[in-house]
Amino acid sequence: MLVIKDLRVSIEGEEILKGINLEVNAGEVHAIMGPNGSGKSTLAAILAGRDIYEINSGTVLYKGEDLLDKSPEERAKDGLFLGFQYPIEIPGVSMVNFMKTAINEMRKHRGEEPLSASEFLKKMREKKDLVEISSSLTNRSVNEGFSGGEKKKNEIFQMAMLEPQLAILDETDSGLDIDALRIVARGVNNLKSPHNATIVITHYQRLLEYIVPDFVHVLFNGRIVKSGGKELALLLEEKGYEWVRSEEVNL
Amino acid sequence: MQNEQDQILNEVTTGEYKFGFYTDIEQDSIAKGLNEDVVRMISAKKKEPEFMLEFRLKAYRHWLTMKMPEWAHLKIPEIDYQDHIYYSAPVQRAKLNSLDEVDPELLETFNKLGIPLEEQKHLSGVAVDAVMDSISVKTTFREALAELGIIFCSFSEAVKEHPDLVKQYMGSVVPYTDNYFAALNSAVFSDGSFCFIPKGVRCPMELSTYFRINAANTGQFERTLIVAEDKSYVSYLEGCTAPMRDENQLHAAIVEIVAMESAEVKYATVQNWYPGNKEGKGGIYNFVTKRGICKGDNSKISWTQVETGSAITWKYPSCILKGHNTTGEFYSVAVTNNHQQADTGTKMIHIGKNSRSIIVSKGISAGVSNNSYRGQVKVLRGADNARNFSQCDSLLLGDKCGAHTFPYIESANHSAIIEHEATTSKIGEDQIFYCNQRGISTEDAIGLIINGYTKEVLNKLPMEFAVEAQKLLLISLEGSVG
Repeated sequence: MLVIKDLRVSIEGEEILKGINLEVNAGEVHAIMGPNGSGKSTLAAILAGRDIYEINSGTVLYKGEDLLDKSPEERAKDGLFLGFQYPIEIPGVSMVNFMKTAINEMRKHRGEEPLSASEFLKKMREKKDLVEISSSLTNRSVNEGFSGGEKKKNEIFQMAMLEPQLAILDETDSGLDIDALRIVARGVNNLKSPHNATIVITHYQRLLEYIVPDFVHVLFNGRIVKSGGKELALLLEEKGYEWVRSEEVNL
Repeated sequence: MQNEQDQILNEVTTGEYKFGFYTDIEQDSIAKGLNEDVVRMISAKKKEPEFMLEFRLKAYRHWLTMKMPEWAHLKIPEIDYQDHIYYSAPVQRAKLNSLDEVDPELLETFNKLGIPLEEQKHLSGVAVDAVMDSISVKTTFREALAELGIIFCSFSEAVKEHPDLVKQYMGSVVPYTDNYFAALNSAVFSDGSFCFIPKGVRCPMELSTYFRINAANTGQFERTLIVAEDKSYVSYLEGCTAPMRDENQLHAAIVEIVAMESAEVKYATVQNWYPGNKEGKGGIYNFVTKRGICKGDNSKISWTQVETGSAITWKYPSCILKGHNTTGEFYSVAVTNNHQQADTGTKMIHIGKNSRSIIVSKGISAGVSNNSYRGQVKVLRGADNARNFSQCDSLLLGDKCGAHTFPYIESANHSAIIEHEATTSKIGEDQIFYCNQRGISTEDAIGLIINGYTKEVLNKLPMEFAVEAQKLLLISLEGSVG
């Protein structure tokens, strides 16, 4: 589904990603872990199409097509979803209107008719229950006045509504209490199917108790320095990122 | 990517003003310039009674003593008033069978503007007075309205057919001494609409006037007078467009509204005068005095305006709340893009007890434009329990435009409650990217945000017009972000 080859990216002349290689197949959950400043969020932003970076080299194929050539909305319509680390507030735009526009854009892209109002509201109710987000939130403007936890739940709610093929969750767990964490994890697990994939970007191992990854990658200083199964996350938790640092020196 | 962007940019810059065409029709125009003879000539052309000519001459002589106001936050290039034409009327060429018929060419012009003048083709429930340059071309549904005692006709006709009403009310809300542009208008005004709703009558359809400037170098000076007698109701709409030209054209109008006891008048404007090109060349200078008086107790006047056009807008639709328990409302969306400048707002003058007013102003600035809200809330001594709430919001697109708020609040009554809230926000790249990531294109994202921002005001418009206004806002802002 996603094949990243030797991706090098810089911002204002400083190289942030120094040759990333990663392959994600349908049905898989990948966790990308790493200390602050290792390039995790940059990787997520590049995949979503943020254009403040310079791409120096490398290729990214998504469903067999060149991803980097596409606009952010084309990528989204092709089923790529980014759960934002810091979700953006859009005053005056209701969640209902926002989601309806987004869903219908994607349906249009797939050659489907727009959802009727009743179908849409039914879907909204279902997904709302899934992430235990209250109606008072979905009746408000997008993220406006939401608490940190509510914003993160709202990202998962949007993911559930849009049913992406590839979801990238950028530190969705940061700032969440255990209950919220469980809800977020349930949202992710619920979406899991043989046809789609998830990349969970996280600083802590904690989330991975609820979302069990098939693969764990350690991103350090712009490179994936270690990949392994879910046990790698535990090892990392036990030894800390210092361990990777010393490992890297040995590389 | 680059090619695609160029293409989008191209489309946006060429398709920006939809109503910029010109109708090549013979015009009966007088020579450029302004003096007493011109004033007399206009009056003579319109075959006016003596009292009108006197009114015009008094206004003209007063105007000569006045100076252009300079307090607005506008950069107005010097205007040579001798370089404008003050009367120009399209000549109907085709042989017409009855007075009600209109030259097909003029019909076509208004069709192109989306204003069909054949009654059967028109939006049901809307009567139109179509004004081109200095004259009214046609007023629809006159007979149907007359059955209810409603007078809806061009101002020129009203002067001839209802001189007593005109004499009684004209200048009673906006005297010719009011300001520079009001004096100018009173001297040279050409046409406009007159509307009279008798006691107890609820006007069954929307009344509207569509103003079109067509001729070059010509100013449009129209005058509208709406009188609503006791317990009557009317909803009124005004639309305006003009061809794209390199020269600036003048538009100085007066609208007066009189609401008697328990009457309600709603006045809505969708103003789309040509705003000038991207470099700020051309466009209409729009200097308008609009004022209503809630004369009788329990009366209500509501102004709604969507201002997208004009190179310069100078306009403050106001309410004098003279009766007790009266209500004044002002809802405004003003958009400026490229080099446009707008200084617009309202005045609410509380005189009667328990008078209430609400002001909701939404400014949107883009390009290198400047957008100012200027509003006055004045509570006089006798206005016990007067209440005002003002909400002034500004939205900025990009970082080269300006938004300004100038509220003036005066209260001479201790029981008055006046509230003023103001916000300034910006459509950020972050917001656009967030929408993009959910599959929503940049244009649509701006649309969503603008619609959300202006909803409160657009909801006050009759539905068909709210939809039109929404589209118009987006067209005005096309290409302003990204």
